[in-house]
Formats: sequence, C-alpha cells, structure tokens
Amino acid sequence: MKTLKIEELSKNFGQTEVLKKINLEIDEGNFLVLLGPSGCGKSTLLNIIAGLETINEGDVFIDDYNVSKVEPKDRNIAMVFQSYALYPSMNVKENMIFGLKQAKTSKEKIQEQLEKVSKFLQVDQLLERKPSQLSGGQRQRVAIGRALVREPRIFLFDEPLSNLDAKLRVEMRREIKKLHQQLKTTVVYVTHDQTEAMSLGTNIAIMNHGVIQQNDTPEKIYNKPSNTFVADFIGSPSMNLIKGVLKENSGDLLFKVSGSNLEIPIKDYDFKDKSNLNNKEVFFGIRPEHIFFKKFNESDFEINLKADLSEYIGHEQIMTFDYANQELLAKFPSTIKIDLGKETKLYFDLTQASLFDAQTEERI
Amino acid sequence: MQDSLKSSSYQQLEQKSKYTNMFLRWFLYFILILFASYFIFPLYVMVVTSLKTMEEIRQGTLLSWPSGLNLESWAVAWGGRGYGAGDTFLRPYFWNSIKMVVPAVFFSTFIGAMTGYVLTKWRFKGDQWVFLFLLFGCFIPFQAILLPMARTLGVLGISNSVVGLVLVHTVYGIPFTTLFFRNYYISVPTELVKAARIDGAGFFKIFFKILLPISAPIIVVTVIWQFTQIWNDFLFGSTFSFGEAAPIQVALNNMVLSSTSVKEYNVDMASAIIAGIPTLIVYVLAGKYFIRGLTSGAVKG
Repeated sequence: MKTLKIEELSKNFGQTEVLKKINLEIDEGNFLVLLGPSGCGKSTLLNIIAGLETINEGDVFIDDYNVSKVEPKDRNIAMVFQSYALYPSMNVKENMIFGLKQAKTSKEKIQEQLEKVSKFLQVDQLLERKPSQLSGGQRQRVAIGRALVREPRIFLFDEPLSNLDAKLRVEMRREIKKLHQQLKTTVVYVTHDQTEAMSLGTNIAIMNHGVIQQNDTPEKIYNKPSNTFVADFIGSPSMNLIKGVLKENSGDLLFKVSGSNLEIPIKDYDFKDKSNLNNKEVFFGIRPEHIFFKKFNESDFEINLKADLSEYIGHEQIMTFDYANQELLAKFPSTIKIDLGKETKLYFDLTQASLFDAQTEERI
Repeated sequence: MQDSLKSSSYQQLEQKSKYTNMFLRWFLYFILILFASYFIFPLYVMVVTSLKTMEEIRQGTLLSWPSGLNLESWAVAWGGRGYGAGDTFLRPYFWNSIKMVVPAVFFSTFIGAMTGYVLTKWRFKGDQWVFLFLLFGCFIPFQAILLPMARTLGVLGISNSVVGLVLVHTVYGIPFTTLFFRNYYISVPTELVKAARIDGAGFFKIFFKILLPISAPIIVVTVIWQFTQIWNDFLFGSTFSFGEAAPIQVALNNMVLSSTSVKEYNVDMASAIIAGIPTLIVYVLAGKYFIRGLTSGAVKG
C-alpha cells in the first residue's frame, strides 16, 4: 500500500499546461521533496494533493483510496504554508485547535492533543499570544503545531522556511528533520532551495515545466543526474557541462572537443547503452568539487588547463579554467595558491563524471 | 590658515541654510493657516448666525459676535413653534433619516463585505466581469436611474416609505462597498482561506471567523462613507418620498425654501447644523480609523 499515489495527473489553467501527466508514489514514513525553479508547478501539485485545486485529468490516491473528489478536510492531511497563514484574530491556542473544533472533537481529546503538541514544539508558554506578537520562528512552530494536533496521514509543507532569515532557516530545517525522525510521518515538502531538499528529503522529485525530471534519493540525484536540467540545477556552482564528441580509438572511447587536442578517456563509464557511441555529440559533465589540484585517487585523470578567474569566498575558492574555449569551474580550498593566466595541472575524478546526449539532454 | 578659511565659510553656509529653513517653515504655517481658515469660515458664520436673534442679524455684520448664547432658534429648528398647520421642524424627519440610514448602512456594508470576499477568495470563471459591472455602478449618474427605480418601488409597493429608501440606498451603495472590501481582502493572504479549508471551515465560517474579525479598518471606512452618502442624500430622498416619510435633508430644504414668511436666517442655520451633526459625530469618533483604513490594507499574519 502506498501512502500517496498520483497517477497520470494533468492540470491546466486556461491554455497553460501546469502539470503534464505526473506519476508519483510515496511509501509510508518517507519524506518527499518537490524541488524546482519557480513556476515549475510544484506548489500546484501540492495544492492538488491537499484538494485545494481541482484536477483536469488523472487521480490522487491516499492509502489506495481515490480522493480526487474528496474535500480537503476529509483527506486526512495537514498543511504548513509559506506565510504560516495563522489566523490573525485568534491566539495561538485557538489557532491550533481550530481544526479539531471544526471536526467536533471532544473537549478532553482537544485538551490532550493541545498539551502534547505544544509541549513537544515548546510553544506551551505562548498559548495566549496573538500571531502578531510572535517571532518568525515561533510562528513557524505554531503553524507546524496546528498541523500536528490533527494527527494527519500526510504532512504537506509549502516552502515553510523561505520567509525566515538565513540563520533561523538552518535551525528550523534541523528541527523539521528531527521532527520527521521522531514522528516518522509521511511528508511532502515543496521548496526551491536545493540545500533544504538535499538535507531533508528521503526522496527528491525535481520538476521543471510541469514534468518530473527525476525522482530519486538525494545521493542518486547528486551523483547520477538523469538529464542536463537536473545536473545543472543541483550543486553550487553547478556541474560543468562541456560540449564535445565521443570518438572510438582502438576499442576505447575518448571525449574530444572540436578544435582542440584535449582528450578524456571514458572507458570505465557506466553506459546505459553501449551501442552507437562513436561520433555521438555529448555533454561531458563533471562537478567543480570533483576536480582536484593534486592526485587523490590512482584513477584520477591528469590535464593541463589555464586559470582565468579566481573567486575567493572564504572557506574555499572557485577557479575558472579555460577548457578549449569553454568555461570549467573548479572548487579548491582557499589555501591553495594558483596563478592566473598559467597552465595548471588538474586532476578529474572520472568515476564521478556524467555524460549526456547533446540532442535529447538525457543521461547516456 | 586654509583650515580656518574653510571652517568660516562652512559657518556661513550653515547660517544661511538655517535662515532658509526658518523662512520655509513660517511660509508653510502661513499657507496652512490660510487654508484652514478658508474651510472653517462657513462653519463659523453658521454657528454665530444660529446664536443671534433676527434683530442682531439685521443690524450686525455677517462676522459679528452674537450678544449671548441665544438657543431659541435651535429649539425652533428642532421642535417647531407649537402651532398646528404649516409649522415644519426637523425632529420627525431626523428620526426618519436615522431609520433609513442605520439599516441601509448595515445592509450595504454587509453585502459589500460578502461580495468582496467572494470576488477575492472564491474566484470563479468570469469574476472579473462581475467586478467590472459592479464598478460600473459607481459611475452611473443617479439621475439616470430615477424613473426605473420609481417604477420598481411602485411595483414592490414601497414607494414613499423609509423601507423604499433603504432599498435604494442599499442597492446603490453595493458597488462602492464591494470596491472597498475587495481591495482590502485582496491584500489578505489567500493562504489563510486555504488553511481554514483544510481545517474544515466552510464558506460562511471562514468569512465570519477568519476574515470579518480582521476587517475592522475597512468596515470603519465603509460605514463612514455610506453614512455620509446616505445621510446627505437629497436626490433619492426628494424623488422617492414626500410629506411625512421624507428624510431630514428634504425637510431641511422644505423649511429653508418655504416662502411663507420672513427669512429666519438663525433658524435656517441651526437647522443646517442639526442636519450635519450626525456625520460630524461619525467622523470625530472614527476619523482616526478612516485614514488608517484608507492608507493601509495589509494584514500582518
């Protein structure tokens, strides 16, 4: 039984297609992050799961029960919003028990839940305050508390941390992680922040233009991106994508850039399909953090490149190199001294490299 | 040497800017006082004239101070002279106006709040057209609808009654009140409504429990606006009512323009002030919120 299952879901606003044939499944207790740039449809998908938006095609199942036409309140879900959406005229206590009161829960049960949750989230001292008298972090806690008291099957989070300042965001991120570890509830979490997605999710679904680009564990998303969009979206700075062709040379494959004699051997690459690779136009992808200034692994590939630019950012520096007139970024500790304008020896960790078809932009 | 030169020239500049600022400040006050007196002047004339006897009015000037606190003209304006026929005074019409203005303000404000709520938080296909047509209602000259409205009131059997006037004012208040509430609610995060829906609250519960409690500023604005409009209305009052059902503005007109005897300026002035007092009271009590409500719509969550 899947806690949440979405089948062939499509949604359009007038002529604009927002979601195109989405398929998604979540197991009990998993933390799924919907990640994507703004306008990719991730919030619409969340609203559809909540029942706040109608569906044009497809179905949503919660615990194998088709809830496509079920009211939000009857879906056994709870949602935490970006603006917290605390009712301004009610105090913290009233905010938290509003849902239970609507559901005609008994007074004893309401009191019990309120005490349990407010202690758990450390808002039990704030119960009489109005939302306007709370700090951002406290409001966030109350919003989570309002969701918790209802003991839902699925928690929905809609960019809950993006209104907080940087420091508080990191703190609250840890708290949400702890919360999930303790309660082991199923979560669907929408964000555009890749760090949040990586650190929180057990699964990440990356979306773009209403299509799920890749739905995988954070490790797979980072190490084996399924297309150039995912490769480019995840990581900071993002993965270097160098355009070139594959050449077969006495049984071994080489990656070559036209107008240059730079060659990268890729015989150990884990291809999905090994046929028809000669003369294929590809992107060679390697992350800045997989380029080293000295040989760490025996298999590291040595190459000489000219340094063009250095960006010092404290704990590290980002160097831009010239790879046959294409930019190649590398990330080094800031203690390493590299001269600009000179050829420098670099080492590529080829076990971490990715190859994408230049036409389809899919991983090969 | 150079340093001292520099500092002395800075001192001069400082002096100069000080004088310029002082001059501008006095000029500003002068202009403000001028405008304030311009606006207060008619009220002054009304108040002093209403306190004078007819004798004083004939002999003194417009601006001269009354000889004493003579409230007789106020009593006449409010309660009449006590003889039977032809004696018009404001008291019954004042209550007519109250009976008209209270329900009309209440209904138009309430319906406007509802409509504004629907147009912002329960969007439906074509809602912007509904809003556009409602806005259109703000720009229709009221003279244009007098005849059809008279006919409608006749068919409904409520012409020449306070009930009829309540209906007219409610209907023609709705475009304005809707506009106010829509513009206010559009700044209220829709996430509030979403959260309430997930919590299981329905259409009316969300309105009464979530939105209405945070609407105080815009309610004040709307009430002041509607109260002033309806209380000061003459056109609808004079067209759709006459005789005993007339509101105070119509009665005031009848009193002042009746050409039966000598013009009693003091009684006229007292009547005019009485007719204006309720709106003044509303402004004094709620004016603070009026400005606040007009300038800020944002609700901090």
